[in-house]
This record gives sequence, structure tokens and C-alpha cells, in this order.
Amino acid sequence: MSATPLLELRGIDKSFGPVQVLRDVAFTAHAGEVTALVGDNGAGKSTLVKCISGIYPTDAGEFLFDGRPVSINSPRDAAALGIEVVYQDLALCDNLDIVQNMFLGREKRSGIVLDEPTMEQMAAETLAGLSVRTVKSLRQHVASLSGGQRQTVAIAKAVLWNSKLVILDEPTAALGVAQTAQVLELVRRLADNGLAVVLISHNMNDVFAVSDRIAALYLGQMVAQVKTTDITHSQVVELITAGRSGNLGLAAEPAANGNGAAPADTTPGAVR
Amino acid sequence: MTTTAVKKEGPAAVTPAPTVGTHLNNYWRRVRGGDIGALPAVFMLLALCVGFSIARPSFFTAGNFANLFTQGAAVTLIAMGLVFVLLLGEIDLSAGFASGVCAAILANVVTVLGYPWYVAVLAAIVTGVVIGTVLGLLVAKVGIPSFVVTLAGFLAFQGVVLMLMKSGANISVRDDTLVAIANRNLSPALGWALAAVAVAGYAAVQLLRHRNRAARGLLTDPIAVIAARIVGLGVVLGVPVFILNQERSRLALISSVKGVPIVVPIIALLLVLWTFVLHRTSYGRHVYAVGGNAEAARRAGINVDRIRISVFVICSTMAAIGGIVAASRANSVDPNTGGSNVLLYAVGAAVIGGTSLFGGKGRVLDAVLGGAVVAVIDNGMGLMGYSSGVKYVVTGVVLLAAATIDALSRRRAAATGTR
Repeated sequence: MSATPLLELRGIDKSFGPVQVLRDVAFTAHAGEVTALVGDNGAGKSTLVKCISGIYPTDAGEFLFDGRPVSINSPRDAAALGIEVVYQDLALCDNLDIVQNMFLGREKRSGIVLDEPTMEQMAAETLAGLSVRTVKSLRQHVASLSGGQRQTVAIAKAVLWNSKLVILDEPTAALGVAQTAQVLELVRRLADNGLAVVLISHNMNDVFAVSDRIAALYLGQMVAQVKTTDITHSQVVELITAGRSGNLGLAAEPAANGNGAAPADTTPGAVR
Repeated sequence: MTTTAVKKEGPAAVTPAPTVGTHLNNYWRRVRGGDIGALPAVFMLLALCVGFSIARPSFFTAGNFANLFTQGAAVTLIAMGLVFVLLLGEIDLSAGFASGVCAAILANVVTVLGYPWYVAVLAAIVTGVVIGTVLGLLVAKVGIPSFVVTLAGFLAFQGVVLMLMKSGANISVRDDTLVAIANRNLSPALGWALAAVAVAGYAAVQLLRHRNRAARGLLTDPIAVIAARIVGLGVVLGVPVFILNQERSRLALISSVKGVPIVVPIIALLLVLWTFVLHRTSYGRHVYAVGGNAEAARRAGINVDRIRISVFVICSTMAAIGGIVAASRANSVDPNTGGSNVLLYAVGAAVIGGTSLFGGKGRVLDAVLGGAVVAVIDNGMGLMGYSSGVKYVVTGVVLLAAATIDALSRRRAAATGTR
């Protein structure tokens, strides 16, 4: 793919008081690719996403966006760069319709009056651009949508703003089989349309189904970021649970003191 | 995907353009799915009117019809403000006595201090804004439940009215302009003219929207439905104007009483204004969003606290206007202005009209329809000679029925997903 990654993080540190959640994390996301971000609970996935989206400030490290150094200090900065996050709990208003939800907080107006036709048209074009044909009417309330359709609306909402990087937090967690396939197809299409997509997921099947690269976090450290084709299912699981797998992941020597799991229990991060 | 293909494949174009039949069909499906809107209020209103007209022919006279408007005006105005608070799932129990405080300020400024009427009206409205701001700040910034804040206001404002009244004496309001609000009528010609302007304006808005949407290739309501709506509004406005323009005085030669009460266009104007704010501005959209899912609204960048404060300001300001109308109707302000049943009638009016107590659903029109139901019950029961005890019980039962319909339709909507 392209030589310069769309987003590149170097040496990100983040602590909450005495707890260091991210240490020296490097991460890249390329345009036109799906980068899966995997890791066990508490590995720092959500924290990393919140740093990227400007909700948490970072303690150290640099952000490069499109090769340029940038600083992201608030969600507004992130949105201005074209970074959108689709949260796990979707954050849609049940009593509003699809168009109203997609434009919530950023309504198009002419004068002080809402410009409904323009919004409806833009929403229709965005959904058509994602080849979404499952919704009957743009004016139906979000409450009447299925889980997959709601996810679709949330993703379309993120795409609407000419975003360049879309981060999806567990988009398939609450969905059935058919709906999961639908959403994964949509995720793939986002990347095919030239966006950089970061997919956070626990589900290895999903990860291998759509991702181009896999980035594994283990106790706040980025242990590997490799092409999906270069790694196997079980290797990813090992990276998630143990932080290394063969010659991938954390260097073996310092940790090879006979108690592979112990450092994780007592002093997180002491492995390094 | 080419740009030309985009429009064709848009979800909006997937469904065929609705005909009158499918339009009615969709509406019926929404109603069955629990999205009943103001239907119960409309049916209740019709049933009550027919019932009272049969039981007491004096109910169905032009004079009594005019009474209904002036009797229900204050409660309706307060209910219109309450709709905003209810949309957020909050409650304002102090709205009744807030209107009393504002009326007392009005009476003091105009009668005791002798300022002109517009100064008094301004003072009353500013009082309403201040009350609403304080309530809103306590709810949004301090985080006290609105039920408690406004219950405290309910008690305290009652005391404030007493203090402003110098313990019990009532203050009369003699200013001609103020008295005219609820006691004088428009000339018949002006009544017709205003009705015509309203219908023409509505038609213009509807047709322009239809043309605009059609030009952009968006789904439009069938033109027959739009025509029916315009004609419907013409009938809904025309019939009352016609009835109100009949001679109501028993001694027509000595003093003629006919025309639309002045308070009616005031309510109509505020109805249009607040409906516009709720449905055509981003502020209104944000009110619905906060009522539907405050967290989603916050993440969308909406200042939730500001919305929360603003609805209390609107509610108390409308209460002030209600207080002015109440003072005008009674020609005086006494310690019970805005007290007794005013608040419960107002909450009842909003809920009977179809505003949900759970937030996120409701319109300003609901308050007007519900206000009409409450006024008809109050007036009709009075004509039937029932005691006020019976009136209270019946109004309470109607309120409970409305809240039950709200809760049940909500459950049905949750099951069918049409809320």
C-alpha cells in the first residue's frame, strides 16, 4: 500500500496516576487498509483509541498524520483531522430518525432553519456510497432498526464527514451471524473506498476476515504489528495472551527466567 | 460507484413514491405500532363535546365556546412551556406558582407602582426568565433532581406570592390593554383576515417544501395529502372563527359581543413560534436528542447542560405569559393565582395531548389539544352542576388515563420498534 501511513504514533506513553497503561507504543494505520487492534481486556486498546481521538492527553510520544506531526488535544482536533470513532454502545438517539442522527450536533442550516433536504440527500448519498440497501426509509426512527442497521447508521455517521480514519470499537460485539457479516462487509468497503480503518475486536474470525494488518497490544505494549497474511490464528492468540509468539513479540531473553506468566501477575510491564 | 448511479441506488429511491393509499396505510401502521400522537386527545375532545352538548344544550353556544378559550388560555400557555421540560424527561412542579409570582409582579408594577402596561409585562417576563434560570442551574449544574428543585420552588413561590400580595389582599388590574387580553375580542373582519393569513402561510410553507424536495429527487408526500392538510387547517380555523364571530351578547343592541378573543391569536402565535423552534432549528433538534439519549447528544458535541437550563427558562417564561393572561382574565391577582389546580391542569394538558412523561416525545400542539380537553371538562362539568370535588376527581382520572395511554403506547412502540 502507500508508503507513508495515514496515522503514525511513536513512543506513546500514558499513565493514570501510578498505573502506566501505555508504554512506548508505536502504531500505524494505512489508508485503504483495515488495521485490527487486538489485545486482552486491560491491554490498553480503549486507552489508545481515546488518545487517538483526543479524549485523553498523552504523556509522551508523537503523532504523525499524513506524515506531518500534529497534536491532538481534544475530540474537536481529531474530528478536524478527519478521525471519527464509532463507539461500542453506538450513541444514537432512539427518538430521532436516521438523517437526524447522522447529522446530530452538526446540522446543516440555511439561516437559522434546518436544511432538511440537503441533509437527507447527503445521508442518502453516503449510505449509497457504502452500498447500504438494508434500510427502508431514511426517515424511520432509529429505534425501529436492527442491531446491524444501527451499527450501519453509526458507521455511516462517521463516514459522512469526509473522514480519513475511522476507528470502530467492537462493532460486531452484540450482533448475530448475518448482521456481523453485513457489518464486516461494510468495514471492508470503507477501506476499499480509501479510508484508513482501525478495527478493535475480540473475535479472531472477524479479525482474519477483514483485516490487512494486525496490531497486538499486551499489557500496554505494542508487541507486534504485522500483515494478516504473515501470521496465523494461534500466533495472534499467543501474542494476546503471552505477549510473544516464536520470534514475534517481546524479546524472549529477559523474560526467560522460568516464570513466563509471573511478571504479568506481579509487575505488569516488567517483561521489558 | 459512479455519481450518477448514486442517486438511483440511494435508499430513498428504493421505496416507490407514496400514493395517497400508501400514505394512509403507513399512517395506520404507525398508529397501530404505538405512535398514536395526539389521537386520544382529539377523540376525547370530540366525545366530550358531543356528550356535553347533548346533556346541556347551553354548552353548545357561541358564548360558551368563547368562554372555553379564555378559561383554558392560562393553563394552555403554561402547558406549552411544560412540554419543553417534559421533552427532557424532567418536570417543573413550580410552573403554576411561578406564573402566580409573575402575575403578582405584573400587578404590583402596573397598579401599585403605576407604570405603563408594557413595563409591567416586561417585568413579569423577566421574572419568569430569572426563575427559570435559577431552576435550570440547580438542575443542570448542581445536579439536584428537577422533581425536588421544582417542588421546593412550588412551596417557596407560594410564599413569594403571599409576600408580594402584602399577606392576602388582592391587587386589581385595571389597565385597559392588560384587561383586553382575555376580555376583549378581535373585530370579525380581523378574525377572518388572521385565519386567512394563517392558512395561506401554511399552504405556502407546505407547497414550497414539496417543490424543493421534488426538485432534489427526494420522497414527497402526495400532493393530494398536502391539499387535504391545507383544507383541513382551513376548516379547523374557519369553523371556530365563524362561531366566534356570531353575536354572543343577550342585549346585542346595547353592547355587542362578537369576534375572536384576543388571547386566541396570542396562543396561536406562540404555538407557531415554539413549533418552529422545536422542529425547524438545530436547538429544537438538540432538545429532542437530549431527551432521547443525553449521552449520545453529549458525544455529538451538544452542550447538554445549556439545553437543560434553557428548557426551564422557556417553561418559566411561558408560565409568566400564562400568569399575565390569568391576571387579565380575573382583572386582579390574588394569593391563589397560579395555585390550586393550575399546575396539575397544565401537566395534565401536556400529557393528555400526547407528550410523554419519559422524555423525547411531544409537541407544543399537544399542549393546546390537551388544554382544550381540560378546559372542556372543567367547563362542561360546571354547566352540569357538579361540585368542584367531582371536577377534580374526573380531571385526575383523565390525567391518569392519559398517562396510562402514554405508558402502554410506549410499551407497544418498544415492542414494534416504532417509537
